[in-house]
Amino acid sequence: MSRPRATVVGVGNAYRCDDGVGPALVAHLAQDPPPGAVLEVCDGEPARLLDIWSRADLAVVVDSLVCSAPRPGRIHRTMVGDLHPAAGGGTHSLGIPGAIELASALGRAPARFVVFAVEVAEVGHGLGLSPEVEAALPELERLVRAEISAEPALP
Amino acid sequence: MSDETRRLTVASLARVEGEGALSVTIQDGRVTSSQLQIYEPPRFFEAFLRDRAFTEVADITSRICGICPVAYQTSALQAVEDACGYVVPREVAELRRLLYCGEWISSHALHIYLLHAPDFLGHPDVISLARSDRAAVERGLALKKVGNAVLEAVGGRAIHPVNARVGGFYRAPTRSELAPLAEQLREALDLALATVDWVSGFDFPDVELTHELLAVVEPDRYAIENGTLATASGDTFTPAQFLDHVEEHHLPHTTALQATLDGHLYLTGPLARYSISSGLLSPLAREAAGRAGLGDTCRNPFRSVIVRAVEVVYAVEEALRIIEGYRRPETPSPEVEPRAGVGHGVSEAPRGLLYHRYELAGDGLVRAARIIPPTSQNQAVIEDDLRRLVQSRLGLDDEALTHLCERTIRNYDPCISCATHFLRLTVTGR
Repeated sequence: MSRPRATVVGVGNAYRCDDGVGPALVAHLAQDPPPGAVLEVCDGEPARLLDIWSRADLAVVVDSLVCSAPRPGRIHRTMVGDLHPAAGGGTHSLGIPGAIELASALGRAPARFVVFAVEVAEVGHGLGLSPEVEAALPELERLVRAEISAEPALP
Repeated sequence: MSDETRRLTVASLARVEGEGALSVTIQDGRVTSSQLQIYEPPRFFEAFLRDRAFTEVADITSRICGICPVAYQTSALQAVEDACGYVVPREVAELRRLLYCGEWISSHALHIYLLHAPDFLGHPDVISLARSDRAAVERGLALKKVGNAVLEAVGGRAIHPVNARVGGFYRAPTRSELAPLAEQLREALDLALATVDWVSGFDFPDVELTHELLAVVEPDRYAIENGTLATASGDTFTPAQFLDHVEEHHLPHTTALQATLDGHLYLTGPLARYSISSGLLSPLAREAAGRAGLGDTCRNPFRSVIVRAVEVVYAVEEALRIIEGYRRPETPSPEVEPRAGVGHGVSEAPRGLLYHRYELAGDGLVRAARIIPPTSQNQAVIEDDLRRLVQSRLGLDDEALTHLCERTIRNYDPCISCATHFLRLTVTGR
């Protein structure tokens, strides 16, 4: 089976408000799937991420970004080299940067890897995105589609 | 040597779950204290279970741990069903065991390959290990994937499964849905046997624990998801008698309670299970254990990695056996009527015995809850183990001693969102 050109992974939990931005983006894309792309939703478990990435030339990961003084809905585009392991995180799991590094060590990293991180307002229990993050979805979708068609369209 | 104070600090104790610190004090060449200081804030699960419906308990307690949610669900369901006077039919019990096998495979593969093996092979982490032995790490990931597949097929999803409920399951899988799992498990059996052979080649420090051991037991098979209690000394008691023997204590240096068994330190987990019930493992698992150099018992915490590998073999075989003989329950979950009463549940989480107790009112609301996780039972033994190891190796330099302390903690696979995350070893007056 030939490798798909791209895999889009929405990382997050739809039952934790804005943490569901990744899965929400994947749901948007699924309404008109980009040609040659596989769409996945993942809870962030590293072994599963590794499997998903192994099948792609380009991996686009969409995740929520919790930060101090957030501007909810603000989108960051990040490449692998810019990622650092989260300080103080539980180490039973590797986190996305660790999973990328492990994929490289195993020779299973995609040729190109892009992370879109969206600053979020609320990640407590509950359904639905905050209005600010919801409003960012069209732009996020445009950026991801542009990435897949190898035409980065960042401002 | 002078009474100098030396501090050894590891900014982040890798490959364990949770946050804590360690302080060891040595005076006049003697270790006078060793404290595993767990400073994560209390999580209040037992408090906020009060006045929740008996049908909610399993899903709430599963959130205590992302690595062993099935253990929490299973002990909780048993305790609630015990309070309600309900016994699940055999088909449902077998399905629960299958779900639990998935958790054992997944959790043990994670610990063996990603957390523990790097210690024995001189690597700081699994990424470094993968660079030198890609095949080994791929084997571990493949095993973990099969465990996750079992969890998804039976539990609905791998992390915090959602299918288990009071009385059984919301939906029982069909035989045809489980058939692909059997294919994966057959391949996993080869991987599991290769894992035993791999870890048996590691170098193990010569250490032996003398503490009492406590595990769940069944009369005719290696206990996983159900049973009664037994010690290595031969004492036995029922889950309902658990609190007659096990007492929790609050100590100032830790936010986790520490437990004693009849007033003494004791250990739960792979070493306890194996040492008490190794004769009930499958022939293939026993053969693998023998080939790996294990006898009928194992009291060396460093060799717990072999015991976990043997338990993976057993869990894979058990999963295959259950799928082979699986009959879909006609009613996956009859409605269980609540009643006023007290119930107890025990099961063997991958890292040790997990006890739940619930007091229900007649309307099914929880009046009181008590949960005793494995690591709070093991914490005092970990501290004692550290004390002995440091005492016997005072000649090591600070770096080597600190590394040994970290390895010692990881031997127990502490998972407390409650264990150590930051290690400070203070050595006074060596």
